[in-house]
Amino acid sequence: MQPFTYVRADSLDAALSEASQPGAAIMAGGTTMVDLMRGNLAAPSRLVDIGHLPGLSEIDTTGPVLRFGALARMADVAEDATLLRDYPALSESLRLAASQQLRNAATLGGNILQRTRCQYFRDGISNCNKRVPGSGCSALDGENREMGLLGTSDQCVATYPGDWGAALAAFDTSVELRSVGGSRTVPFAQFHLPYGDDPAHESVVQPGEIVTAITVQAMPAGRKSTYVKVRDRQSYAYAVVSATVALEMDGDTVTSARVSLGGVASKPWRAPEAEAVLTGRTLTEAVALEAGAAAFAAARPLHHNAFKIELGRRAVARAALLASKRT
Amino acid sequence: MSVQTIPVTLEVNGHNHSLHLDPRTTLLDALREHLGMTGTKVGCNHGTCGACTVHIDGHARLACLTLAAAATGHSILTIEGLAAADGTPHPMQAAFVAYDALQCGYCTPGQIMSAIACVAEGHTRTDDEIRDYMSGNLCRCAAYPNIVAAVRHVAGAV
Repeated sequence: MQPFTYVRADSLDAALSEASQPGAAIMAGGTTMVDLMRGNLAAPSRLVDIGHLPGLSEIDTTGPVLRFGALARMADVAEDATLLRDYPALSESLRLAASQQLRNAATLGGNILQRTRCQYFRDGISNCNKRVPGSGCSALDGENREMGLLGTSDQCVATYPGDWGAALAAFDTSVELRSVGGSRTVPFAQFHLPYGDDPAHESVVQPGEIVTAITVQAMPAGRKSTYVKVRDRQSYAYAVVSATVALEMDGDTVTSARVSLGGVASKPWRAPEAEAVLTGRTLTEAVALEAGAAAFAAARPLHHNAFKIELGRRAVARAALLASKRT
Repeated sequence: MSVQTIPVTLEVNGHNHSLHLDPRTTLLDALREHLGMTGTKVGCNHGTCGACTVHIDGHARLACLTLAAAATGHSILTIEGLAAADGTPHPMQAAFVAYDALQCGYCTPGQIMSAIACVAEGHTRTDDEIRDYMSGNLCRCAAYPNIVAAVRHVAGAV
């Protein structure tokens, strides 16, 4: 870990001022930031601890716009009874993520900014265009079972690892950002960047900006939603594949569908192709599987991860059938 | 370059400790290397094994991913703070002994800190719920069945 100056901010204005200093980085729960610093994957000269700021940890899950303060803890939000009832997919995505100790510390804002778990990025020595632009990608011809197959490029095939972000992608989600220069709101679909030729940059967050809140437009499909997470072990593992489905239904007919994927893509991945298959159809297992196949129609499999296409197809189908049974 | 230290006050097991620490010092290293409290264990040192689990303001947290400076102003409880003043073990400690919930014992302090939080937060309705809550604590000796039994015993007694 490189030396840094530790600054604990006691107000948002102070935090924004500190964050605008050269070499500054933000830490909230610390679960991602401390780990990145220890691996020399982040080396800020000034670490601004916003974990104690007042007023940024409130959540409102009852209004026409759901509002999640960026410093709300994953564990606390996972326990929110209204969210569990009205948006089970969001609640489940938090409850199935990480471990209890991590959920107790990690914040919702930090969570959407977590970096890939790609071993070639994390090891600090392999060729990695994300860590050292231009150095190449050891994952392309390496051990790539866990890598992505949607939204990847010839420069990078790492997955976005988060569950919460994967589920948020199915909803009308926005991220609020503040800096000394003002504030802006970014649609979640544009918050994370496609890889293309520059996989080192993963989000639109600029130096000096702090995520202050995540908002989600309320919608009836929230109740008929679920987050299906497939893991290599039953608990405390990243998703090999995850599927979020939220439905509006008239009897057995789907009138509106939202589908997103996790564990398989460079960013939280909305699957409009799958939504189109479901919409207007009577939901049967065959239709659900057809939707799952559509979600992966554009997949670019690597040597070891083509199995994710079939696994993902079934995960989408399972999520759709589970969601349809929610009341 | 010489590393500058900063004043850090930690409240551990009800006692305040004033230290001067490199800002990079984790709570785990502050406890073990600066306060001599070696009950909290170093395992993976990057958040995957749970050996360093302590309570911060009553919640199970990982001391290896917590900077000591960030823990200032919070109440920290470690394995050393569990026993009664007369040395009587905490009921969870006693249950781990009674149910033989360990072999080598290295992960045990972290297991016990998570187990106490598991019971306190009521995540003991089924064995599966206990296992899920406790999944952040790895045991390479695989004492898991006995750990679950110990947690279930204490949950039933409260």
